[in-house]
Amino acid sequence: MANLKELRGRINSVKSTRKITQAMKMVAAAKLRRAQQQAEAARPFAERMARMLASLGQAVAGNPDAPTLLVGTGRDQTHLLIVVSGERGLAGAFNTNVGRYARTRIRELEAQGKTVKVLAVGRKAAAYLKREFASRFVGEISFQGKKQVGFAEAQEIALRVTGMLEAGEFDVCTLIFNHFRNVISQIPTAQQLIPAQLPEVEATAANGAQGDAAAWYEYEPDEATILAQILPKNLAIQIYRAILDSAAGFYGSQMNAMDNATRNAGEMINKLTLKYNRTRQANITSELIEIISGAEAL
Amino acid sequence: MATFDLELVSPEKLLLSRPVEMAIIPAAEGEMGVLPGMAPMIVALKGGVIRVQENGAITEKLFVMGGFAEITPTRVTVLADEATPVAQLSRAKAAERVREAEAAYSGTAAATPEERELTMDRLLAAREMEAAAEAA
Repeated sequence: MANLKELRGRINSVKSTRKITQAMKMVAAAKLRRAQQQAEAARPFAERMARMLASLGQAVAGNPDAPTLLVGTGRDQTHLLIVVSGERGLAGAFNTNVGRYARTRIRELEAQGKTVKVLAVGRKAAAYLKREFASRFVGEISFQGKKQVGFAEAQEIALRVTGMLEAGEFDVCTLIFNHFRNVISQIPTAQQLIPAQLPEVEATAANGAQGDAAAWYEYEPDEATILAQILPKNLAIQIYRAILDSAAGFYGSQMNAMDNATRNAGEMINKLTLKYNRTRQANITSELIEIISGAEAL
Repeated sequence: MATFDLELVSPEKLLLSRPVEMAIIPAAEGEMGVLPGMAPMIVALKGGVIRVQENGAITEKLFVMGGFAEITPTRVTVLADEATPVAQLSRAKAAERVREAEAAYSGTAAATPEERELTMDRLLAAREMEAAAEAA
């Protein structure tokens, strides 16, 4: 049986672990709120952008010189996967989930004979996927040490992606990230970026009030120029949204994981305390027996 | 006086959303004043100041760093890459932007015409920003 001093030490160590996990949970909760606000703030822009893009898409539909960013290269051979994950661990299965999802995706694509390239955003997924797919990596982007990821960072990634597209390095680009549904559930999601999927259904609903106004826009300078400017921006905003979504999901997941850890530590402390008291009692009892039997022997 | 809804959004937040009488926006091919009932348009913007008029007077000035505007008879939506109220512009920061843009432009001598145009646009936008900061 463990001795009392050892037990006391363990109880103390679990207690300080609980303090740490509790603090981490609270920090995660505060950061989650901020991340959610940031994601919320990005929504109006993305919605309006989608609306504008939908009407532009109609205007250039069927145009053979539509930009590659919109219609793709016409091939389906090389796939670029942008995998967005967290920067840190201690967030439950958050990073593993997105990593595993990406891995399945890569295997599927390779089984179909496609070439896969991976661009990892965030340290964790990079580490996870590198073990198996290091040769497919074209880049890693990490926001480590940055407090908040701004639109500028997303724009940088978008710029890199468009550069790769122009160089003909891939045909289809897909974004993989953890979609934040609520605090307890984050769903790994794949979203195709290039060729762009235009939100047509949404657009007709949004423009319902003005009838078919979408088809009657005038463009200045002209459709092609505007489209050429708006598409890279759309790409950036999609990436930005995914990063924010993933960040919110990360804190949600971390909060959950830390909540569980705190609870487990509590249970552990109870168990250890019980054991400690039992041992103490047993020691006292055996001492008493010794004293009494000693007295009786006299 | 008749009004229309003006919305100004940047990727990071919704800056403005309310009915106004007139807005002057820096379209790529020259400034344009937008009044209620304008024909639907989508225009590209260059760097410049958006001026908002309410009750017959300019009430708000915001600097945008390029973007787009969607105009319908009842609503104008401005999607700005970056937007700052003119009063909050800092001259030092603007000057730094200009320096960066100048450096970027002078480094593109061998680049494609499109790239040069892009950096030129950026330089012009940065200069607009400096001018707006000085005026404020």
